[in-house]
Amino acid sequence: MNFEEVLSHLRHYLPTQAPLKDFIHHNTLHAFQHEEFHHAIHKAARMFGYQVYLTLDDYRERYNIGDIHEDELNRAISRIKGETDKEVWRKRLLHESFSEIHSSRVGQLRNHWKTTYHVNMDKYVHPLLFRLVGSFLDQGISISGFPYHQRTFLNALRSLERSSYTSIFRTHRARTLLLKDDNLLETLISILLGDERLLEHYLFDQQFAHPGWSGMVAVLEENPAMLLDKRRISLHDFIVVELLLELDVLDLRLGNNWNSLSQHLNVHEFEHLFITPESELLFDLYRIWQEAFEWSFYNSVLKGLQQFVDSPANDFVSFQAVFCIDDRECSLRRYIETNDNHAATFGTAGFFNVPFYFQPEHGRFYTKSCPAPQNPTHLIKEYESKKRHKSESHFSSRTYSMLGGMIAAPAMGIWSALKMGVNILFPADSPARVSSFTHMDRNGKLSIEHQGKFSKHLQVGFTIDEMTERVEGLLKAIGLVNNFAPIVYFIGHGASSVNNTHYAGYDCGACSGRSGSVNARVIASMANNLDVRKMLSEKGWNIPNNTQFIGGIHDTTCDEIEFFDEANLSGDNRILHERNKQTFHKALLQNAKERSRRFLLIDSSKEPAKLHKKVKLRSMSLFEPRPEWNHATNALCIIGRRDHNKHLFMDRRAFLNSYDYRVDTDGSILLGILNAIAPVCGGINLEYYFSRVDNCRLGAGTKLPHNVMGLIGVANGMDGDLRPGLPFQMINIHDPLRLLVVIEHKPEQVLPVLKKNPVTFEWFHMNWIHLVVLHPETKDLYLFDKDHFIAFASNSKIPDSISSHQDYLSASSQNLPILQLL
Amino acid sequence: MGHYHLILIFVLLPFIGFLLSLLAPPKSELFISRIAIYTSAIQLIAVVVAAVLWIIIIRKPLHVEEWVLYQSNEYRFFIDFLYDANTIVFLLVGAFITFLIVRYSRYYMHLENGYKRFFNTILFFSFGYNWTIISGNFETFFMGWEILGISSFLLIAFYRNRYLPVKNAVKVFSIYRIGDLGILGAMWASHHLWHVNITFLKLQNLDLVHEHLAGHSEIGVFIGLMLLLAATVKSAQFPFSTWLPRAMEGPTPSSAIFYGSLSVHLGVYLLLRTFPFWESQPVVRIMIGCIGLVTAIISSMITKVQSSIKPQIAYASITQIGIIFIEIALGWHTLALLHFAGNAFLRTYQLLVSPSVVSYFIRDQFYHFVSPKVKKQNKLSNTLYLLSIKEWNMDYFITNVFFKSLKDLGKILSFLNPKNVLYLFIPIYIAGLVAYLFRDEIPVEIVQVLPEIFALIGCMMVLKAFAERNHPRLVWLLVILNHVSLALSVSFNEYFEIVETFIYLAGVFISGILGWFCLFRLKKLAPAFFNLNYYHGLSVQYPVLHHLFFLAMLGMTGFPITTAFIGEDLLFSHIFQNQYLLAFVVAVSFVVAGIALIRLYARLFLGPYPLPDKSNHLPSA
Repeated sequence: MNFEEVLSHLRHYLPTQAPLKDFIHHNTLHAFQHEEFHHAIHKAARMFGYQVYLTLDDYRERYNIGDIHEDELNRAISRIKGETDKEVWRKRLLHESFSEIHSSRVGQLRNHWKTTYHVNMDKYVHPLLFRLVGSFLDQGISISGFPYHQRTFLNALRSLERSSYTSIFRTHRARTLLLKDDNLLETLISILLGDERLLEHYLFDQQFAHPGWSGMVAVLEENPAMLLDKRRISLHDFIVVELLLELDVLDLRLGNNWNSLSQHLNVHEFEHLFITPESELLFDLYRIWQEAFEWSFYNSVLKGLQQFVDSPANDFVSFQAVFCIDDRECSLRRYIETNDNHAATFGTAGFFNVPFYFQPEHGRFYTKSCPAPQNPTHLIKEYESKKRHKSESHFSSRTYSMLGGMIAAPAMGIWSALKMGVNILFPADSPARVSSFTHMDRNGKLSIEHQGKFSKHLQVGFTIDEMTERVEGLLKAIGLVNNFAPIVYFIGHGASSVNNTHYAGYDCGACSGRSGSVNARVIASMANNLDVRKMLSEKGWNIPNNTQFIGGIHDTTCDEIEFFDEANLSGDNRILHERNKQTFHKALLQNAKERSRRFLLIDSSKEPAKLHKKVKLRSMSLFEPRPEWNHATNALCIIGRRDHNKHLFMDRRAFLNSYDYRVDTDGSILLGILNAIAPVCGGINLEYYFSRVDNCRLGAGTKLPHNVMGLIGVANGMDGDLRPGLPFQMINIHDPLRLLVVIEHKPEQVLPVLKKNPVTFEWFHMNWIHLVVLHPETKDLYLFDKDHFIAFASNSKIPDSISSHQDYLSASSQNLPILQLL
Repeated sequence: MGHYHLILIFVLLPFIGFLLSLLAPPKSELFISRIAIYTSAIQLIAVVVAAVLWIIIIRKPLHVEEWVLYQSNEYRFFIDFLYDANTIVFLLVGAFITFLIVRYSRYYMHLENGYKRFFNTILFFSFGYNWTIISGNFETFFMGWEILGISSFLLIAFYRNRYLPVKNAVKVFSIYRIGDLGILGAMWASHHLWHVNITFLKLQNLDLVHEHLAGHSEIGVFIGLMLLLAATVKSAQFPFSTWLPRAMEGPTPSSAIFYGSLSVHLGVYLLLRTFPFWESQPVVRIMIGCIGLVTAIISSMITKVQSSIKPQIAYASITQIGIIFIEIALGWHTLALLHFAGNAFLRTYQLLVSPSVVSYFIRDQFYHFVSPKVKKQNKLSNTLYLLSIKEWNMDYFITNVFFKSLKDLGKILSFLNPKNVLYLFIPIYIAGLVAYLFRDEIPVEIVQVLPEIFALIGCMMVLKAFAERNHPRLVWLLVILNHVSLALSVSFNEYFEIVETFIYLAGVFISGILGWFCLFRLKKLAPAFFNLNYYHGLSVQYPVLHHLFFLAMLGMTGFPITTAFIGEDLLFSHIFQNQYLLAFVVAVSFVVAGIALIRLYARLFLGPYPLPDKSNHLPSA
C-alpha cells in the first residue's frame, strides 16, 4: 500500500469532529457504517480497543431493576441464536463471567520501540508535536502568532527552522533532513520502518495514539474554511513532522545504536492491519443484551402508538405552532396542547425549509443557517440592529503581558474579587454568556426580499417565486394544508450557557449548530408576504386573508420564548396573540418543571414559577457544567400526524416530525424527511450512544479539567490530545439505545422511497437505525428487516393511562415508562 | 496573653472540617459540601473579624509559642505561630478564595467520581495553607509546606486513572522536593547561626539579626540563598517555571485555587516573612531581584506564544510573581502585598471563566476579525518564538539533565536486588556500629570522615531506589536503609543522644513495617503488576492497601505524622557548621528518598486501571 492510499484510509477512520464553533453531532464510528451494526462495532472494538456496548454487569443490573424485560431477553435469544440451547444462553447471559478485555490491534507495531529500545516515544514526541500544531492552528489565544502562518504547516516549520538561531530538534539528522531532503517522506520511512509493508500499520498506530489532533488536521485539510483565520495544513505534513520528531528522539536517546523496525520483527505479521475478527461469544452476548434492552423500550412505544383514535375533525383551531423536530420540544408541545386543546402543533427540521447564509450587522463572516451538508445560494443580511455584545476585560490579552499585568493585577484584582464573588453567589447575565436571543437583534431588520443585490456568489434575499416555493414546500411537508388558524407560529430554538465549550452542540442541529431564530423569522415573513399569498391562492391554497404568521425563538435552556415582528399583527390578531402568549407562558413554566426533575440539585416538587427561575439560573452560572440535558435520553423519531401520537407521554425522548401521508402522493416529501432524519437524528443518537458506552475513548471524558486549545478544541491539561466526542456531563443520564424511527404510512409505499437514496438506505439497511412502519388504517406494525418489511406484533402491555402527569413527574429523576394521557 | 491563642482557630477550623469531611459518606454530596462550605464561611468571618480587631486595637505582631514537641539540653523543637500584617493579607485572600471555590465546586463537581476526595483534599490544602501562613518558625512553616506539597500532588493526580495527571503530579512533587532542599538547608544553617530554634518574630529584631550576622556573613548569605531556592521553586520562578502549567490537570476550580492563586504565591510569602533577615544582605537582595527579572522577561515571552488558555494564564501569573519578587527585593512590601492579592484574584477569576473564551473570542472575531498581517520575520524574533514554544528548555533541563543524572548515578548500583542488598549492607553497617562503639579508640582523622562515609552510603541507597524499576520492595528497603545509615552517620558527631536516634528511627520503623506489609500483600495479590515499569492503577482494586500504603509512604518521607519528622530536624541540628558536605548529602538523601517513594506509590497505585475490563483513556488523553 502506498502512502497516498494509507492517507486516504486514515482520513476515513479518524474522528471527523469540526472545530468547536461548528460542533455538529455525527456518528462517531461513521467509518464502519457500510457494515452491519453489530458486526461493524465488533470490528471497531477489536481494531481500536473501544468498548462498544454497555458492560455485561451494566446489562445485568438493568435486567434486575426491570429495564430489560425477561420476555424480551428470551425473544432476543430466539431471534439471534434460535430455539435450541436457550437455557445455556440464558445462563451465560445472566451468570457466567467473561473477561471483557480490550485488546487492540492498532498500537502493537509501534509499541516495539518501547519493547526493543525502551524508548517511550510518545512521552517525548507528543508534547512538542501538539504544541507546534496547536500554535500553528491557533485561532486567537496566543498573542504572538505563528511565524510564516500563511505557508503550509511543513513549509512554515521549514522556514522557521532555517531562519532561527535555535532548532526545533535536538539532534542534527532530523534538522538536516527537514531543510535539505527533497524526498523527505521516503527517507523517513526507510530510516524508521525500513520496509514499506509496515507503513499502514505504523501510521495507524502513530496517528491513533492521538486521534484528536490527527482528526482535526484531517478535517481542516478538507474544509479549510471552517477556520475564520485560515491555515493550510494536511495530514501528510503532520505525519512528516511527527516522523521527524520520532527520528529526533531515537537519535537523541540511542545515538547510532538503532535500526529500523523491520529489523526487529516479522514484517509479515504486520502487513495487513484490517482483519475481520472471528465471531466471539462475548460479542454474541452483548448483541443479545443490547437488542433485548432496545426492544424492551421500543415495544411499549409501539403498543402505545397503536392506541391512537381518529378524532372527529375539529374545525375550530385557536392557533397553530410549528416547532423543530428536536426532542427537547416534545414536552413543550405537549403542554401547549394540554393548556389549549384547540391549539395544534407541528414538527419539522428547524431551518423551516429556508436554507441560507446569515450575516449579522457588522459581522465579518457568514454563518450557515441550514443543515450542514447543504450549500445554500442565498444570503440574509441584518441591518439597523443594535450592538448587542459587551466586552469583558478579564479576557483581554493585555492582562497577560508583563507591563499590562503589572497594572491589571493590582488595579483589576479587587474588581476581579468582587466580580467573582457576585458571579458565584448571585449568577446573572454576563458578556461571557452565549444566549440564543442575541444571535439576531429582534428589533433589527432582515433583507428577506431579493432586491437585485448579490454578495460574492450569493443572492441577497429570496424572490417571490422562491419564497412561494419554500412556504408551500414547508406547509405540505408538515401536512398543514387547510383549516388555517388566525395565527400560525414558527418557533425556532437555541440554547444559552456560560463556561460551555460545547455550546454549539446545544443549538439547533438543523441550523448548523446555531440558534434557529433567523429562519423562523424569515419563513414567517415570507408567508406573510402579500405577493406570496397571492401566488399561493393562485395555486389553489386556501389561506384566509386574516391569517398571519409569526416567528419566534424558544430558548431550551431558560424555557423562554421571544416573538418577532409582533407589531405587524392586525388588531384582532394582536388580542389573540396576547391570549396565546399566556398559553405559551404557562407551558414554558410547566416545561421547566418537567425538566427540573432531571436536575438532582433542584427539588422539582416546587411551584413551576419558582422552578423556572432556578432552571434559568443554570444558563448563567459559571459553575454549572449541565446547563441543560440537550439530547440526552433520545431514542425515538416519529414521523406522522401529531393527532396520532399526542396521546402519549414520551418523556422528551422523541424527535417528532409532522407528516401526513395523504398529502405526499409521490413520496417525495417522505424522501426529503428521511434524507434529513438519518444523518441528523441518527448522528445525534449514535454520538450519544458511543460517547455513553465508551466515554474514555469515544467520548471526551469529564469536562471539568478541560483546557481550551486554540479555540478549536478541548484537551486535558497542557499536553493532552484534543478530545472529540461528548463530555461525561452531557451523557451520564443517557441510555444507549439505537434510534427507532416510526413512520405512519403504508409499508408498500415506504419501501421504494427508502431505497431511492443509497446513502440514506444504508442507515436502515445496516441496522444503525431501526425502522417500523405503522399502518394508518389497520394499525398494524411492520418491521424493516434487511431489505423488506415484515409484519409483527408488539407483545408489550398497553401503557397505563394517567390524567395529570405533573405530580407523577417530580417523583422520579429516572427515565419514565411510556404512558397514555387522558 | 492567653487570648492570643484565638488565632489558632485559623488552623483548627479547616482541620476540624477536614476530619469531619473524612467521616462523611462518599455518596452524600450535600453533607460533604456543606461541611466544606460552612467551614470556609466561618473561617472567612473569623479572618475578617480578627483582621478588623487587629487593625483597630492591637497593631503589633501576635506571637504564640504553643507546643514543645521535644526538648533536650541544647535543643528545643516547638510549634510556633505568628500573626502580623503579612499574615492578615494572606489569610484574607486565602479565606475569600477558598470560600468561593468551595461553593463553586459544590455544583461543579456534582456527580463526579471522587466528589468526597476532592473536598477532603481542598480542606486538607486549606489547613496546610493556613498553617503555613500563621507559622512562627521554620519548623512549623516546613510542616505546612509539606502538607501543601502532598495536597498539591493529590489534586493534580485527582483523575488518578489517567496517565498524564499522574505523571505530572509526580513531576510537580519532584520539583517541589528541590524546594524542600532549600528549606532544609536554611533550617540547618540557622540552627548554627542562632544556636536556638529561631522564631520569625525574633527575625524582626534588627539588632539581634545584625549581631548574629556580624562575622558570619557567609552563613547569612547561604541561608538567604536557600530561602530563595525554596521560594523560587514554590512560586515557579526561573528555571522551575514549567511545573505550574503542568499542574493544571485537576478540575478547573482546583487549578484556580492552587495554581492561580494560593499555592503559587507561597514563595512570595516566604520572602516577605524572612525579609528582615536578608534585608541587609545585598547579595541576596540582588539575587532575588535578578531571579524575578529573568522570570518576568522569559515567562512573559512564553505567555505570548501559548495557544491554550490555562498555560497562558499560568505563565502570565508567573510573570507577575517575578515582578513581585523584584518589588520585595526593593523593599516595597505594601505594593508587593497588593500585587499578590490582585494577581491571585485576577488569575483565579480568569481560570474560572476560561472555558468561556471559546464563545467569547469566536464571537469577537466574527465581528472584528482582521486578517493578521504577514509580518517580516527576522532571525531573532524567530529564535525567541521557538525558544518560547519550547519553554526555554527549562522542562528539558530539569527532567532530562537534572533528574536523569540522578538516575544515572543510581544505576551504578544496578547489581543490587532484594536478595543481595542485605548481605552487602549488614556487614558494612555492623562495621559502622563497631566503629561507633569504639570510636574513642579509632584515630580522630578516621572518625571525622565516618559521618560523611555513612551519609554517602545512605545517599547511594536512595539514588539506587530512585533508579530502581523492577523491585518495589527494594525501593522501600533501600529508603529504610538510608534512614538507618543517616542515623549512624550523625551519631559519630558528638552529643547525639540515643533517645534522639530512637525518636527518629521509631518513626521510620513504624512506617517501614506498615509499608513492607502492604508491599508483601500486594506482591501476593497482584504479582503481574508488581514492578515499576508502568503505572498500574491498583488503587481501584485494593483501596484499603492503597490507603495504608499511602500513610506509610507519608511517614517514610518525613511527613509530619510520625516522629521521623522531628528526627529529621534533630538530625540536622547535629550536623556541624563546617560539615557542608554532610549537610548537603543528608539533604539530598531526604529529597531523593521523597521522590523515589512518591514514584513507588504512584506507579503501583495510580494510573490507568490494572485490568482492562474497564475502558481506559489513551495515554495522550
